[in-house]
Amino acid sequence: MMMNIITDPWPWYISGPLIALVLFLLLREGKDFGMSSNFRTMCSILGAGKKTSFFNFDWKAQRWNLLVVLGAIIGGFLADTFLTNGAPTEINPASLADLQKLGIVDEIQSYLPASLFVLDGTGKQLAILLIGGLLIGFGTRYAGGCSSGHAISGLSNFQLPSLIAIIGFFIGGLLMVHLIFPLLFG
Amino acid sequence: MKNIRFLLIGVLFGIIMYKSEAASWYRIYEMFQFRSFHMYGIIGTGLATAILIVQYIKRKQLKDTSGEPIQFVDKKMSITRYLVGGTIFGLGWALTGACPGPMFTLLGAGYFASMGLVLVAALAGTWLYGIVRNRLPH
Repeated sequence: MMMNIITDPWPWYISGPLIALVLFLLLREGKDFGMSSNFRTMCSILGAGKKTSFFNFDWKAQRWNLLVVLGAIIGGFLADTFLTNGAPTEINPASLADLQKLGIVDEIQSYLPASLFVLDGTGKQLAILLIGGLLIGFGTRYAGGCSSGHAISGLSNFQLPSLIAIIGFFIGGLLMVHLIFPLLFG
Repeated sequence: MKNIRFLLIGVLFGIIMYKSEAASWYRIYEMFQFRSFHMYGIIGTGLATAILIVQYIKRKQLKDTSGEPIQFVDKKMSITRYLVGGTIFGLGWALTGACPGPMFTLLGAGYFASMGLVLVAALAGTWLYGIVRNRLPH
Protein backbone atom coordinates (compact mmCIF):
# COMPACT_ATOMS: atom_id res chain seq x y z
CA MET A 1 0.00 0.00 0.00
CA MET A 2 1.32 3.41 -0.85
CA MET A 3 2.21 5.69 1.96
CA ASN A 4 -0.12 8.60 2.41
CA ILE A 5 2.33 11.48 2.64
CA ILE A 6 -0.36 13.86 3.95
CA THR A 7 -1.75 11.92 6.88
CA ASP A 8 0.77 9.17 7.68
CA PRO A 9 3.73 9.89 9.94
CA TRP A 10 6.87 10.60 7.92
CA PRO A 11 9.68 8.03 7.88
CA TRP A 12 13.07 9.00 9.28
CA TYR A 13 14.73 9.30 5.87
CA ILE A 14 12.32 12.07 4.90
CA SER A 15 12.22 13.76 8.30
CA GLY A 16 15.98 14.03 8.83
CA PRO A 17 16.81 15.81 5.54
CA LEU A 18 13.83 18.14 6.09
CA ILE A 19 15.28 19.22 9.43
CA ALA A 20 18.52 19.98 7.60
CA LEU A 21 16.46 22.03 5.15
CA VAL A 22 15.26 24.16 8.10
CA LEU A 23 18.91 24.64 9.09
CA PHE A 24 19.71 25.73 5.54
CA LEU A 25 16.79 28.16 5.35
CA LEU A 26 17.91 29.81 8.60
CA LEU A 27 21.59 29.97 7.58
CA ARG A 28 20.42 31.56 4.35
CA GLU A 29 18.80 34.29 6.45
CA GLY A 30 22.08 34.74 8.30
CA LYS A 31 20.74 33.05 11.44
CA ASP A 32 21.60 30.00 13.51
CA PHE A 33 19.32 27.04 14.06
CA GLY A 34 18.72 26.68 17.79
CA MET A 35 15.50 26.68 19.78
CA SER A 36 16.50 26.83 23.43
CA SER A 37 17.98 30.34 23.20
CA ASN A 38 14.36 31.52 22.98
CA PHE A 39 13.99 30.74 26.68
CA ARG A 40 16.66 33.31 27.46
CA THR A 41 15.00 35.83 25.18
CA MET A 42 11.63 35.26 26.85
CA CYS A 43 13.16 35.67 30.31
CA SER A 44 14.64 38.95 29.13
CA ILE A 45 11.25 40.13 27.84
CA LEU A 46 9.73 39.20 31.21
CA GLY A 47 12.19 41.53 32.94
CA ALA A 48 14.91 39.13 34.09
CA GLY A 49 17.53 41.60 32.88
CA LYS A 50 16.78 44.09 35.65
CA LYS A 51 18.60 42.04 38.24
CA THR A 52 20.59 39.51 36.25
CA SER A 53 23.10 40.66 33.68
CA PHE A 54 22.79 37.39 31.72
CA PHE A 55 19.36 38.58 30.57
CA ASN A 56 20.36 42.18 30.01
CA PHE A 57 20.80 42.15 26.26
CA ASP A 58 19.01 43.50 23.22
CA TRP A 59 16.32 40.84 22.94
CA LYS A 60 14.80 42.57 19.92
CA ALA A 61 17.72 41.23 17.90
CA GLN A 62 16.34 37.76 18.70
CA ARG A 63 12.81 38.54 17.55
CA TRP A 64 13.31 36.47 14.41
CA ASN A 65 13.70 33.32 16.55
CA LEU A 66 10.50 34.10 18.45
CA LEU A 67 8.78 34.18 15.07
CA VAL A 68 10.25 30.75 14.34
CA VAL A 69 8.78 29.30 17.55
CA LEU A 70 5.47 31.06 16.92
CA GLY A 71 5.55 29.33 13.54
CA ALA A 72 6.35 26.01 15.26
CA ILE A 73 3.21 26.42 17.41
CA ILE A 74 1.14 27.09 14.28
CA GLY A 75 2.85 24.18 12.51
CA GLY A 76 1.95 21.88 15.41
CA PHE A 77 -1.66 23.02 15.22
CA LEU A 78 -1.84 22.56 11.44
CA ALA A 79 -0.24 19.11 11.58
CA ASP A 80 -2.49 17.95 14.42
CA THR A 81 -5.61 19.31 12.73
CA PHE A 82 -5.11 18.53 9.06
CA LEU A 83 -2.09 16.29 8.60
CA THR A 84 -2.72 13.26 10.77
CA ASN A 85 -4.70 10.06 10.58
CA GLY A 86 -4.76 9.89 14.36
CA ALA A 87 -3.15 6.46 14.32
CA PRO A 88 -1.17 5.71 17.48
CA THR A 89 2.60 6.00 17.37
CA GLU A 90 3.97 2.58 16.49
CA ILE A 91 6.76 1.96 18.93
CA ASN A 92 8.68 -1.21 19.65
CA PRO A 93 6.31 -3.69 21.37
CA ALA A 94 8.94 -4.32 24.03
CA SER A 95 8.92 -0.61 24.90
CA LEU A 96 5.15 -0.61 25.01
CA ALA A 97 5.23 -3.61 27.34
CA ASP A 98 7.58 -1.70 29.64
CA LEU A 99 5.24 1.29 29.63
CA GLN A 100 2.35 -1.00 30.56
CA LYS A 101 4.39 -2.46 33.39
CA LEU A 102 5.20 1.03 34.66
CA GLY A 103 1.52 1.90 34.48
CA ILE A 104 2.14 4.88 32.19
CA VAL A 105 -0.14 3.64 29.44
CA ASP A 106 -2.38 0.62 28.69
CA GLU A 107 -2.38 1.13 24.97
CA ILE A 108 -1.20 3.98 22.80
CA GLN A 109 -4.22 6.06 21.84
CA SER A 110 -2.93 9.52 21.09
CA TYR A 111 0.23 11.41 20.29
CA LEU A 112 1.31 11.65 23.94
CA PRO A 113 0.46 9.47 26.96
CA ALA A 114 -2.61 10.92 28.61
CA SER A 115 -1.48 9.90 32.09
CA LEU A 116 1.34 12.43 31.78
CA PHE A 117 -0.01 15.11 29.47
CA VAL A 118 -3.74 15.40 30.07
CA LEU A 119 -3.93 17.28 33.35
CA ASP A 120 -5.67 15.30 36.07
CA GLY A 121 -4.92 17.53 39.03
CA THR A 122 -2.58 15.10 40.76
CA GLY A 123 0.51 16.51 42.39
CA LYS A 124 2.70 13.80 40.88
CA GLN A 125 1.80 14.73 37.33
CA LEU A 126 2.28 18.40 38.08
CA ALA A 127 5.66 17.70 39.64
CA ILE A 128 6.77 15.65 36.63
CA LEU A 129 5.87 18.41 34.17
CA LEU A 130 7.37 21.21 36.26
CA ILE A 131 10.58 19.40 37.20
CA GLY A 132 10.99 18.21 33.62
CA GLY A 133 10.62 21.75 32.32
CA LEU A 134 12.98 23.11 34.95
CA LEU A 135 15.68 20.59 33.98
CA ILE A 136 15.23 21.45 30.30
CA GLY A 137 15.44 25.20 30.83
CA PHE A 138 18.42 24.99 33.17
CA GLY A 139 20.28 22.28 31.29
CA THR A 140 19.96 23.74 27.80
CA ARG A 141 21.33 27.09 28.86
CA TYR A 142 24.13 25.54 30.92
CA ALA A 143 25.03 23.36 27.93
CA GLY A 144 24.58 26.27 25.53
CA GLY A 145 22.02 24.52 23.35
CA CYS A 146 19.62 21.65 22.89
CA SER A 147 19.04 18.98 20.25
CA SER A 148 18.75 21.49 17.39
CA GLY A 149 21.62 23.75 18.42
CA HIS A 150 24.09 20.96 19.24
CA ALA A 151 23.03 17.77 17.43
CA ILE A 152 22.27 19.48 14.11
CA SER A 153 23.89 22.95 14.06
CA GLY A 154 26.96 22.21 16.15
CA LEU A 155 27.80 18.72 14.93
CA SER A 156 27.32 19.67 11.27
CA ASN A 157 30.08 22.23 11.83
CA PHE A 158 32.21 19.57 13.58
CA GLN A 159 32.11 21.22 16.99
CA LEU A 160 33.59 18.98 19.68
CA PRO A 161 31.65 20.81 22.45
CA SER A 162 28.43 19.74 20.73
CA LEU A 163 29.52 16.11 20.76
CA ILE A 164 30.27 16.39 24.49
CA ALA A 165 26.83 17.96 25.05
CA ILE A 166 25.13 15.11 23.18
CA ILE A 167 27.00 12.56 25.29
CA GLY A 168 25.53 14.46 28.24
CA PHE A 169 22.03 14.33 26.72
CA PHE A 170 22.33 10.56 26.60
CA ILE A 171 23.78 10.19 30.10
CA GLY A 172 20.79 12.15 31.39
CA GLY A 173 18.24 10.38 29.20
CA LEU A 174 19.52 6.90 30.03
CA LEU A 175 19.59 7.66 33.76
CA MET A 176 16.01 8.92 33.59
CA VAL A 177 14.55 6.06 31.59
CA HIS A 178 16.47 3.16 33.14
CA LEU A 179 17.00 4.24 36.76
CA ILE A 180 14.53 6.98 37.64
CA PHE A 181 11.43 5.79 35.74
CA PRO A 182 11.23 2.49 37.68
CA LEU A 183 11.45 4.46 40.96
CA LEU A 184 9.02 7.14 39.81
CA PHE A 185 6.37 4.91 38.26
CA GLY A 186 7.15 1.39 39.48
CA MET B 1 8.79 40.19 4.34
CA LYS B 2 11.68 38.77 6.32
CA ASN B 3 9.36 38.36 9.31
CA ILE B 4 6.97 36.26 7.27
CA ARG B 5 9.83 34.09 6.09
CA PHE B 6 10.85 33.36 9.69
CA LEU B 7 7.28 32.54 10.58
CA LEU B 8 6.98 30.17 7.62
CA ILE B 9 10.29 28.48 8.45
CA GLY B 10 8.84 27.93 11.93
CA VAL B 11 5.61 26.49 10.51
CA LEU B 12 7.64 24.08 8.40
CA PHE B 13 9.74 23.13 11.42
CA GLY B 14 6.63 22.58 13.56
CA ILE B 15 5.04 20.33 10.95
CA ILE B 16 8.28 18.34 10.59
CA MET B 17 8.56 17.87 14.37
CA TYR B 18 4.99 16.59 14.54
CA LYS B 19 5.00 14.43 11.42
CA SER B 20 8.40 12.90 12.11
CA GLU B 21 7.17 12.00 15.62
CA ALA B 22 10.32 13.61 17.00
CA ALA B 23 7.84 15.45 19.24
CA SER B 24 6.41 12.17 20.49
CA TRP B 25 7.14 11.23 24.09
CA TYR B 26 6.94 7.57 23.04
CA ARG B 27 9.66 7.97 20.43
CA ILE B 28 12.02 9.57 22.92
CA TYR B 29 11.36 6.79 25.42
CA GLU B 30 12.06 4.17 22.79
CA MET B 31 15.20 6.02 21.71
CA PHE B 32 16.66 5.98 25.21
CA GLN B 33 15.98 2.24 25.33
CA PHE B 34 17.89 1.75 22.05
CA ARG B 35 14.92 -0.22 20.81
CA SER B 36 14.14 1.65 17.63
CA PHE B 37 16.12 3.09 14.76
CA HIS B 38 13.56 5.83 14.09
CA MET B 39 15.06 8.73 16.10
CA TYR B 40 18.62 7.71 15.23
CA GLY B 41 17.61 7.66 11.57
CA ILE B 42 16.18 11.17 11.86
CA ILE B 43 19.21 12.58 13.64
CA GLY B 44 21.63 10.64 11.41
CA THR B 45 20.16 11.65 8.06
CA GLY B 46 19.51 15.17 9.36
CA LEU B 47 23.10 15.50 10.46
CA ALA B 48 24.52 13.97 7.26
CA THR B 49 22.48 16.36 5.12
CA ALA B 50 23.41 19.28 7.36
CA ILE B 51 27.13 18.46 7.03
CA LEU B 52 26.80 18.56 3.22
CA ILE B 53 24.95 21.88 3.43
CA VAL B 54 27.51 23.47 5.77
CA GLN B 55 30.44 22.24 3.66
CA TYR B 56 28.79 23.53 0.49
CA ILE B 57 28.16 26.95 2.05
CA LYS B 58 31.78 27.16 3.24
CA ARG B 59 33.35 26.03 -0.06
CA LYS B 60 31.17 28.30 -2.17
CA GLN B 61 31.40 31.10 0.41
CA LEU B 62 27.69 31.68 0.03
CA LYS B 63 26.08 34.89 1.16
CA ASP B 64 22.87 35.27 3.12
CA THR B 65 19.76 37.09 1.93
CA SER B 66 21.19 40.42 3.16
CA GLY B 67 24.34 39.88 1.06
CA GLU B 68 26.58 39.16 4.07
CA PRO B 69 28.85 36.10 4.01
CA ILE B 70 27.35 33.21 5.98
CA GLN B 71 29.54 32.72 9.03
CA PHE B 72 30.05 29.88 11.46
CA VAL B 73 31.24 30.68 14.94
CA ASP B 74 33.24 28.04 16.80
CA LYS B 75 31.95 27.08 20.23
CA LYS B 76 34.32 27.69 23.11
CA MET B 77 35.91 24.47 24.25
CA SER B 78 35.08 23.15 27.67
CA ILE B 79 33.97 19.84 29.09
CA THR B 80 32.15 20.61 32.33
CA ARG B 81 29.42 22.87 31.05
CA TYR B 82 28.56 20.72 28.05
CA LEU B 83 28.68 17.42 29.92
CA VAL B 84 26.88 18.57 33.08
CA GLY B 85 24.46 20.90 31.32
CA GLY B 86 23.80 18.24 28.71
CA THR B 87 23.09 15.63 31.37
CA ILE B 88 20.63 17.93 33.14
CA PHE B 89 18.86 18.61 29.85
CA GLY B 90 18.84 14.90 29.01
CA LEU B 91 17.05 14.12 32.27
CA GLY B 92 14.34 16.65 31.43
CA TRP B 93 14.14 15.58 27.80
CA ALA B 94 13.51 11.93 28.71
CA LEU B 95 11.01 12.88 31.43
CA THR B 96 8.84 15.20 29.33
CA GLY B 97 9.76 13.79 25.93
CA ALA B 98 10.03 17.34 24.68
CA CYS B 99 13.08 19.21 23.59
CA PRO B 100 12.58 22.97 23.21
CA GLY B 101 11.42 22.86 19.55
CA PRO B 102 8.79 20.14 19.99
CA MET B 103 7.65 21.83 23.20
CA PHE B 104 6.26 24.67 21.09
CA THR B 105 4.93 22.29 18.44
CA LEU B 106 2.98 20.39 21.10
CA LEU B 107 1.59 23.63 22.53
CA GLY B 108 -0.07 24.13 19.17
CA ALA B 109 -1.01 20.47 18.78
CA GLY B 110 -3.53 20.62 21.60
CA TYR B 111 -1.39 19.93 24.68
CA PHE B 112 -1.73 23.53 25.72
CA ALA B 113 -2.11 23.08 29.48
CA SER B 114 0.57 20.45 30.07
CA MET B 115 3.13 21.89 27.64
CA GLY B 116 2.31 25.37 28.94
CA LEU B 117 3.40 24.19 32.37
CA VAL B 118 6.57 22.63 30.95
CA LEU B 119 7.33 25.89 29.13
CA VAL B 120 6.77 28.04 32.22
CA ALA B 121 9.04 25.70 34.19
CA ALA B 122 11.64 25.80 31.41
CA LEU B 123 11.66 29.61 31.57
CA ALA B 124 12.10 29.35 35.35
CA GLY B 125 14.98 26.92 34.77
CA THR B 126 16.73 29.26 32.35
CA TRP B 127 16.10 32.16 34.73
CA LEU B 128 17.61 30.16 37.59
CA TYR B 129 20.63 29.35 35.43
CA GLY B 130 21.09 33.05 34.69
CA ILE B 131 21.10 33.81 38.41
CA VAL B 132 23.57 31.12 39.47
CA ARG B 133 25.73 30.87 36.38
CA ASN B 134 28.65 32.85 37.84
CA ARG B 135 28.91 30.29 40.60
CA LEU B 136 28.85 27.28 38.29
CA PRO B 137 31.90 25.64 36.71
CA HIS B 138 31.88 26.16 32.96
